[in-house]
Amino acid sequence: MVDGQFQGKKWKDVKVGEIVKIAANETIPCDIVLLSTSDPTGVAYVQTTNLDGESNLKTRYAKQETQAKVPEKERFIGLIKCEKPNRNIYGFQGNMEVDGKRLSLGSSNIVLRGCELKNTNWAVGVAVYCGHETKAMLNNSGAPSKRSQLETHMNLEIIMLSVFLVALCSVTSVCAAIWLKSHKNELDLMPYYRKLDFSEGEMESYQYYGWGLEILFTFLKSVIVFQVMIPISLYISMELVRVGQAYFMIRDSRMYDAATNSRFQCRALNINEDLGQIKYVFSDKTGTLTENKMEFQCASIWGVDYSSTEASLEHGHQAECSAQVDGKVLKPKMKVKVNQKLLQLSKNSFRNVEGKQIYDFFLALAACNTIVPLVVDTSDPTVKLIDYQGESPDEQALAYAAAAYGFMLIERTSGHIVIDIHGKRQRFNVLGLHEFDSDRKRMSVILGYTDNSVKLFVKGADTSMLSVIDKSLNAEILRATETHLHSYSSLGLRTLVIGMWDLSVSEFDQWHFAFEAASTALLGRAALLRKVASNVENNLCILGATAIEDKLQKGVPESIESLRTAGIKVWVLTGDKQETAISIGYSSKLLTNSMTQIIINSNNRESCRRHLQNALVKSRQPLAASAVPNNFEGFSDAIGTPIALIIDGTSLVYILDSELEEELFELASRCSVVLCCRVAPLQKAGIVALVKKRTADMTLAIGDGANDVSMIQMADVGVGISGQEGRQAVMASDFAMGQFRFLVPLLFIHGHWNYQRLGYMIIYNFYRNAIIVLVLFWYVLFTAYTVTTAINEWSSMLYSIIYTAFPTIVVGILDKDLSKRILLKYPQLYGAGQRREAYNKKLFWVTMADTFWQSIVVFFVPLFAYWGSTVDISSIGDLWTLSVVILVNLHLAMDIIRWNWVIHAVIWGSIVATVICVMIIDAIPTFSGYWAIFNTAATGLFWLCLLGILIAALLPRFAVKYIYQYYYPSDIQISREAEKFANQRVIGGNRQIEMYPIPDGPPR
Amino acid sequence: MSTDPSTSSAAAAEEKSNKRKSKKPKYSRFTQQELPAWQPILTPRWVITIFTLIALVFIPVGLAAFSASQRVVEVEYEYDTECIPDSYKDNATAYIKDDNTNKTCTQKLSIKSKMQAPIFVYYQLDNFYQNHRRYVKSRSDEQLRTKDKENDVSSCSPEDYVTINNKSEPIVPCGLIAWSLFNDTYKIQNKDKEVVINKTNIAWASDRTTKFGSDVYPKNFQASGLIGGAKLDPTKPLSEQEDLIVWMRTAALPKFRKLYGKIETDLEANDEIVVVIENNYNTYEFGGKKSLVLSTATWIGGRNNFLGIAYVVIGSMSLLLALGFLLLYILKPRPLGDPTYLSWNKNPGGLR
Repeated sequence: MVDGQFQGKKWKDVKVGEIVKIAANETIPCDIVLLSTSDPTGVAYVQTTNLDGESNLKTRYAKQETQAKVPEKERFIGLIKCEKPNRNIYGFQGNMEVDGKRLSLGSSNIVLRGCELKNTNWAVGVAVYCGHETKAMLNNSGAPSKRSQLETHMNLEIIMLSVFLVALCSVTSVCAAIWLKSHKNELDLMPYYRKLDFSEGEMESYQYYGWGLEILFTFLKSVIVFQVMIPISLYISMELVRVGQAYFMIRDSRMYDAATNSRFQCRALNINEDLGQIKYVFSDKTGTLTENKMEFQCASIWGVDYSSTEASLEHGHQAECSAQVDGKVLKPKMKVKVNQKLLQLSKNSFRNVEGKQIYDFFLALAACNTIVPLVVDTSDPTVKLIDYQGESPDEQALAYAAAAYGFMLIERTSGHIVIDIHGKRQRFNVLGLHEFDSDRKRMSVILGYTDNSVKLFVKGADTSMLSVIDKSLNAEILRATETHLHSYSSLGLRTLVIGMWDLSVSEFDQWHFAFEAASTALLGRAALLRKVASNVENNLCILGATAIEDKLQKGVPESIESLRTAGIKVWVLTGDKQETAISIGYSSKLLTNSMTQIIINSNNRESCRRHLQNALVKSRQPLAASAVPNNFEGFSDAIGTPIALIIDGTSLVYILDSELEEELFELASRCSVVLCCRVAPLQKAGIVALVKKRTADMTLAIGDGANDVSMIQMADVGVGISGQEGRQAVMASDFAMGQFRFLVPLLFIHGHWNYQRLGYMIIYNFYRNAIIVLVLFWYVLFTAYTVTTAINEWSSMLYSIIYTAFPTIVVGILDKDLSKRILLKYPQLYGAGQRREAYNKKLFWVTMADTFWQSIVVFFVPLFAYWGSTVDISSIGDLWTLSVVILVNLHLAMDIIRWNWVIHAVIWGSIVATVICVMIIDAIPTFSGYWAIFNTAATGLFWLCLLGILIAALLPRFAVKYIYQYYYPSDIQISREAEKFANQRVIGGNRQIEMYPIPDGPPR
Repeated sequence: MSTDPSTSSAAAAEEKSNKRKSKKPKYSRFTQQELPAWQPILTPRWVITIFTLIALVFIPVGLAAFSASQRVVEVEYEYDTECIPDSYKDNATAYIKDDNTNKTCTQKLSIKSKMQAPIFVYYQLDNFYQNHRRYVKSRSDEQLRTKDKENDVSSCSPEDYVTINNKSEPIVPCGLIAWSLFNDTYKIQNKDKEVVINKTNIAWASDRTTKFGSDVYPKNFQASGLIGGAKLDPTKPLSEQEDLIVWMRTAALPKFRKLYGKIETDLEANDEIVVVIENNYNTYEFGGKKSLVLSTATWIGGRNNFLGIAYVVIGSMSLLLALGFLLLYILKPRPLGDPTYLSWNKNPGGLR
């Protein structure tokens, strides 16, 4: 806006402080504080899909004080003070000074860049953050960087290798020092040293700087030559391998979700292998275990239970619940199963008392919410669909249910609602609306009927509702409802209680006065409003209760079962109440009847402590009774009765910030299942941190909502489910997928493979680099401790680039120890990762010992064979080069489990490439090694050496490998055999002789 | 969750129908990591076969190599101390540095068994580090190859330039290696007749034709104050200076031989040959040793028993391992792929 006129402007030109006007369906260009909107009450509806992925409409308010002002007509000056730009999209604090009044601004007054204005003709606001300072832009960063456990361990080993490198260099320089000292007098004229330089006429020392410096130079030179010991290339190879693994994970059709048309997403590239070592899974419930598609299931009205389980055909009632508006038929978008009896009763409302109650009940469902109905066109011009948009899926489900029973919400503005009741359009004034907040756990709406009577409808969680319901009224109904509630929640349904109250005129006036006062209060408005709400929400008459089913996702029970068989502990952290959580626990097979349940549900620290200690004693008993020494907690549940720990959020508050943490962890680690209910988002993270702090085991958190973000970021591996609750979790996660059950292939197949592959690859890379350094080092011992390299400089450079780089990368991406089928069949195989079988200290040292042996063979066989012969540096260097490269590749070949054509190509290809490279290098006449390879390769000795080196070097490894595999087989080994021979039996049939087909080339 | 190929192919077919918008990954054996693969498993049969095969190959080859090495007839004569006159015994360096002393040294050697032509004549140096870092770098391969690169001596210091008439002239061939060219000479007489030592074609053909230029002539060589070794005939191009070419192939190890020449007549057993050595080369400075070696050759090269023995040892080890494994297999076989051996089946209590 310039000079009192609105002008079109580009986004990039908008500056802070400018007044911006946005029309309907436009995207907001920057973060603005709302001044006024087309709605007289100052409401603006925005869609925040771009920000958090939630497709429903959210309400934002302009301040009453500014709403009345029209910037086009009158000028007014205001000053907005707000916090510095930050990335919190759910919070905003500031104040505005207009006409000398100071107004406080909150997150409901700001509309963020990227949102779209909906259902509102126009909105005017002041830009407060622009460009890169907008919250949307500030949130444009990836997940926090995590480092995989394998890599952390690897770094320790690299430090070890560095120490070793320094040791090698020190040995070299000390020996060089001794040699220089003992030949001190000979150096001047020694033909191969020649300290004296006569060329300048007078005698001077040529490139000799005193023996101290000479030693320093030797040390530095040897650092340069031996630095390959530190496998820098390993980091690059690991990145490449991870990219390859990510490619396969994304491409896995098993992890494609058809419902949301989404593939698996790899958002973090550096923790792939952690997926193979998970010991704890922390799962959210809503949207993760369950679909978060709420379905209205049962209603208890006036003490009578109407379950829609015996529901009729859906098509049958479809026509009935449509409404005619201006000759057009409106239909709700979602179909709901209905109870015919209830439907019948609801149609006949007004006729009797029962009907009246049902009328009120459904009116409450249709009215007592913050749903915004959107009319959507369909292909049929006469039929329009009503799409209920709201923040809570529960409310949507209830609104759809009400519509199905003939109470269709058609229009909502801030002042009134229009409800179509069995074809009759009725208009109600919304006199007041107390939004849901987590303290009250309920919401209420005050409706003014056309006949001027005023009614209050309240809907909320059972615990909070039952306390405000007048118990003297209808005690029987209350009791009946309570039993219904109990039975619903034990079925795993989410329950809500509906209450109402006729407000008398005086009561209404009293409320109205308080409400007006509160809603215009400057300070603590929220608290005041809450107080007003709690005052009026009192002594209610109970109408009934609803039960909504939160459907379990496909395959959840099976997945949880396999996860537990694999020795993974599944912890469910949910915001739901205990009963719901437990019932979901049962339906998802998390809890079974054979389990001992320990429930901790206390209100103060002392009782918490008592409970915990009792539980600990209890949990130790079965262990003591079994009298089996047990080091592996994961197996403990196999012995005693498995224990399930159920703990609620209030108890966690006391536990998490006190010394009780330790006890909780001890208790929890004895339990096979832990269910935490009523937990806040930060507590979820707290629980993850509790486990992460106390064990070295890997944790994985999986969730779908914004409330899981902190947990996802805290855990070693965070998995986001791209579900109903927006993309917050996905944005924060390391991996994202469509369904909970994909966790099984993700962990058991990809996690297992990734871990095995990368673990092997790291060890192999250490070996690969150490062996060439050792060969170089041995040679230094025979060159008067000067760091001469027999292996051509080019070859030693190309060694880790061309000669040996590709096989390890390809094998790291493609080799697989077991087939998918077997891995899924025996989830226990996942334990290999948890026990760190593919990479550990022992393997490291064994490999290093093997490296030592192999380097000795590689170096000393040619040394002795050519001792005192005419061999020149380049020829023996070429022999060493070729034998190291072929040996290293054969070593890898020996450990490859599945040879597909890519692996064949790359292994044999890199050997051929090496030979070609060596030939090319030796074909350059200005290199001192000119034609050396061709001359030596013409002798029999060369080939004898080569063959001898390869066999002698690999012999011990081969024998040890066989002994281990045959006499001390790992689970993986047995399964591999089972897989191979089971297949062959099927294919080979009666041709038993061909059980061991001999391939063309034995794997030597 | 079974990998039934029919369902996946059905899914693929279904996907084709609504391909347009679906993000469903295309099915291929590659992306699903189901490429056909050969999966070797170390079964006892395999392992025993492999070890036996190794034994079967290595023992005969080893024996052949050993006998070949044994067939080589070698006469080695270390002359560095014997060719110093008694008066100079305590001061060998002074003797070798003095231009006026008589360096000729005659010695009789007896041939133990028949040596068939060609007999290779080597000089052998010990404790001479031709692989010393300072030494191997002190050469200019460019200069050796082309005439135009005569001034390319930057790597050759301290033997790079020589000052002649106050002018700095490049040395061709430059560097310590060329400077220290071996300069002892040998003459051999058998039954009072001169045995011809053929000194042509003693260097690699590749070096003669390509590496050392035929238009590069020695220049200013051994002209500086300190003479390191042999002088070169300035009228012969480097490609024909075979002693230099051989010498410039720096040895890999501190004890090495270099080909001096070839004798193309047989030497009979019990022949007494007389070698006349011009003992010029200074190994006394640093305690090196020099020897004259006459040797025949077989397919394995010179005399070296190491490889033969190593092969036999490896072969026997393999044989032993094969037998050991066979015995173990008979005594304690394990059925392959038996699920009862899985850890969770073996001890359900989780005892490990």
